[in-house]
Amino acid sequence: MSGNGDRATAAGATAPVAGATGRGAAGSNGGPPTASAGYYGDPVVNPPVWRELDIAGYLFTGGLSGATALLAAGADLTGRPVLARRAKLCASGAIALSLGALVKDLGRPLRFLNMLRVFKPTSPMSVGVWLLVGYAPLTMAAAASNVTGVLPRLGRAAGLGAAALAPGVASYTAALIADTAVPAWHEAHRELPFVFVSSAAAAGGGFALIAAPLHETRPARHLALMGAAGELVAERLLHRRLGMVAEAYERGSAGRRLKTAQALEAAGAVGVVALAGRSRVGAALSGAALVAGAVLTRFGIFAAGMASARDPKHTIEPQRERAAARARQAL
Amino acid sequence: MSAGEGPLNVLLSGGDPAAEAGWLDRPPRMGFFTDTSVCIGCKACEVACKEWNDVPEDGLNWSGRSLDNSGGLGADTWRHVAFVEQRVKAGWHEPNFQREDGDEFRWLMSSDVCKHCTDAACLDVCPTGAIFRTEFGTVVVQADVCNGCGYCVPACPYGVLDRREGDGRIFKCTLCYDRLKDGQEPACAKACPTDSIKFGELDELRVQAGERVQELHAAGVTEARLYGEDPADGVGGDGAFFLLLDEPEVYGLPPDPVVTTRDLGSMWRHVGVAAGALVAGALASFVAGARR
Repeated sequence: MSGNGDRATAAGATAPVAGATGRGAAGSNGGPPTASAGYYGDPVVNPPVWRELDIAGYLFTGGLSGATALLAAGADLTGRPVLARRAKLCASGAIALSLGALVKDLGRPLRFLNMLRVFKPTSPMSVGVWLLVGYAPLTMAAAASNVTGVLPRLGRAAGLGAAALAPGVASYTAALIADTAVPAWHEAHRELPFVFVSSAAAAGGGFALIAAPLHETRPARHLALMGAAGELVAERLLHRRLGMVAEAYERGSAGRRLKTAQALEAAGAVGVVALAGRSRVGAALSGAALVAGAVLTRFGIFAAGMASARDPKHTIEPQRERAAARARQAL
Repeated sequence: MSAGEGPLNVLLSGGDPAAEAGWLDRPPRMGFFTDTSVCIGCKACEVACKEWNDVPEDGLNWSGRSLDNSGGLGADTWRHVAFVEQRVKAGWHEPNFQREDGDEFRWLMSSDVCKHCTDAACLDVCPTGAIFRTEFGTVVVQADVCNGCGYCVPACPYGVLDRREGDGRIFKCTLCYDRLKDGQEPACAKACPTDSIKFGELDELRVQAGERVQELHAAGVTEARLYGEDPADGVGGDGAFFLLLDEPEVYGLPPDPVVTTRDLGSMWRHVGVAAGALVAGALASFVAGARR
C-alpha cells in the first residue's frame, strides 16, 4: 500500500498514535474521531509523493540557475569574462540537474514527454515545463559557445535569451507548490515567490563570490546582499500573515532548517559587507554561507509543506474559521 | 481526448462542467448521493469496486480503528468505508443495547469516494492532460497518458488521488466510466444493499437528498446535514455528495474545501512581481557595481 511509511506523524495531532504508522496501518489506534482531530488524526489531504532530494533540490537548482543566468548576461554585457563563463556553466549545469530531478521523480520517467502533449495555463507544472524546454537549451548553448569559442555571437544571444526567461525559472516554482491544497504552501502563495527569488539571488550571488575573482564580483555582492535581505524580510512577512499554519515553518525539521538558513544568510551578508570586497577567501566563505542558506531555505520550505499536509489541524482549523466567518457575515 | 482537457475549466465554473469541457452532445451530469444514515458498514462497495475495476489489495493491515482497515482513499482504495465510534448518545438505538454503566455510544459509518468536483483541482493542475472531464461530468485519470508526476495528489482538497506503489501512475475512482457508457450504474452503487449509495442524475439526487434531510429532521435526527451538494461551495459543488450525521471533519472530510486554482490569478501576479523584482535587483546590482 502506498505511503504507509511516508504518511507518518501528523505533527501535534490530538490522536496520540494515529499518525505514527500511517493510515490503515497496523497498530494505529488514536482517540476517537472528533471535529478537531479529524478522522483518527489522519491527514485530510494526501501529502505530496515527491521525493525530498529531487523536488526540494529542484526548487534550489532552478533558483540558482535563474540567478546565475542573469549574472552571466550582466557579466557578458559589462566585460567580466571569468564571471560570465563560470556563471554560464553554473546556469546550464544547475538546470540540467533540475531536469534530471524532474524526470527521475516521475512515477513513469519514460513518459516525461507526455508533459509536452498540452499547454495548460491552469497547471504551473505545465507552464514550468514549457519554460524549461525553452530555457535549458539556451543556457547550454551559451555555456558551450563560451567554453569552445564556437559561434560567439549566437552564444551571447543565447545567454541573453536565457536571462530573459531566467526570472520566470527562478520564481514559477513558488506557484508550483502554492497551487496545491497543502495549507502551509497554499496560504503562503503571496510571499513564497518573494522568498524564492530572494533565495535565488542569494544563491547566485553566493556562487559568483566563490567562483569569480574579486575584481569581477562587485555586482554579485550587491545581488547577494539584496537576496539575503529580501529572504529575511519575506520570511518574516510569511510568518506574520499565516496564522496557526505558520507553525509548519517553525517546528520540526522545517523549523530547524529555516532557522539555520536565516543564520547562514545573515552571516553571509555580514561577510559580504565586511570581507568579500578585500579577501578572496572571505568572499568564498561568505558565498558558501549564502549558497548553503539558500539550499536549507528550499529544503525547509519543502519540509514545512509535508508537515502541514500531514497535520489534519492545518487543513481543518483555518477552514472552520473561514466557514464560521462566512456564517457570521450572512447573519 | 481533447474534448475533456478544458484548461479554462476553473475560469468558467458553473453547473455544467461537461459543457464547459467542450462536450456538445452529452447525457445529463451523473453522480452519487451517499446517504450515510442508512450505511451499515458492510463494505460491499469497497469489494465491488475492487472486483470491477481490478484494483489491487490495499494492505492487509489490522488498524485497530474500529472496523476500518483500509484507512482512507488512495490509489488502491477508491471506495473507503469510514467507521466512527463515539461516546455520545445515538439518535436512536435498540433498548437492549443500552449499556448498564450508562455510558453512551454511537457508531457512524460512511462510504467515501472521489467527489468528482465541478471545479476539479486535479484536472486543472494535471500537466499531461491525463485527467479529463467525461461527457457525464465526471473526472477520470487516463492510465495510458499519466506519467505519475504526482501534482494532482496534493492538489486535491479531499485527499483522493495517490500514486500506486510499484506502478508509478495515479489512480482514483472513475465513477465506473466504462459501466456508465453501457448504461449501467457504478459497481459500488449496484452492490450497496441498503441503497446508501445512490447513483443517478445529479439534479435529481439533489432533490432526493433535500427531501431525505427533511424526513430525518422530522424524525428527530436533527444532526443530519448535506455535504458537498451546494454548487456555491468552494469546489462548485461535488458530483458525489453526502448526507452526514456529524461534522465532516469527523469523517475525515475538509469542512470548507476550496479548489486551489481559485487563487491561481493571485499566485501568477505575485510570481510576476517577484520575477520583476529579481530583474530589477540584477540590473541595480550591475549599475551600482559599474565602478570596479
